[in-house]
Amino acid sequence: MQFTSFLENGHLTVALTGEIDHHCAKHYIQSIAGKIEAYTPDVCILDFQDVTFVDSSGIAVVINALRSMSQIEGKLVLTGICAQPMRVFRASGIDKLVEIKEAVR
Amino acid sequence: MKFNNFMILEFPSKSSNEAFARSAVACFAAQMDPTLEELGDIRTAVSEAVTNCIVHAYPDALGIITVRCRILKDNVLDVVVKDKGVGIADIEQAKRPMFTTGGTDRSGMGFTIMESFMTSFELTSAPGKGTTVHMRRKIQRRK
Repeated sequence: MQFTSFLENGHLTVALTGEIDHHCAKHYIQSIAGKIEAYTPDVCILDFQDVTFVDSSGIAVVINALRSMSQIEGKLVLTGICAQPMRVFRASGIDKLVEIKEAVR
Repeated sequence: MKFNNFMILEFPSKSSNEAFARSAVACFAAQMDPTLEELGDIRTAVSEAVTNCIVHAYPDALGIITVRCRILKDNVLDVVVKDKGVGIADIEQAKRPMFTTGGTDRSGMGFTIMESFMTSFELTSAPGKGTTVHMRRKIQRRK
């Protein structure tokens, strides 16, 4: 479990990798919240391109990021979501709460 | 024998076993020739059930989780995830979407996902005795 992030023109991009389950979700939630707090971006982009699996813990990661961005009146965008994570996000209705952009590959 | 094949896993409720359990069940199910989507659904449902045992059934100590899989006739995968933990007092409340007792790092969507990703889903629990999740998924025969 690792991730990289970069800030450009007020856009914070966080690239997540691997499988997101309960085992690693807390780490992601805290790290993303820390980055949003530190950089207060206008837009936070969670890049799921290299995420091969999520369960409902992934939903919690997105909801917590959404909460952090709402507090600073910023926007959250998800991008590059593969088929399995997309099914989980659709089942939870998260695709209606957050803007989802296709992957730029 | 009413079923074609079976396997039983037993492991302690460590969160590192979440990935192990869902991968092991997916490997077992692979012989049924599922699509990637069917396999993804099974992996997700097993991950939810096992995570519930780790987070809720055994909140303060390690306990044993049992996963039993069988291949039934008509290419149906039967999965039982069982713990001997604290149990659930109010099953209807636990199953409600967004309800969780697990804090902000939980979404409360586990049972909703198990119900929508599997063909059938049954939850039985007794406070102080444990919880059993019984799920089935029909794997479509490919032409």
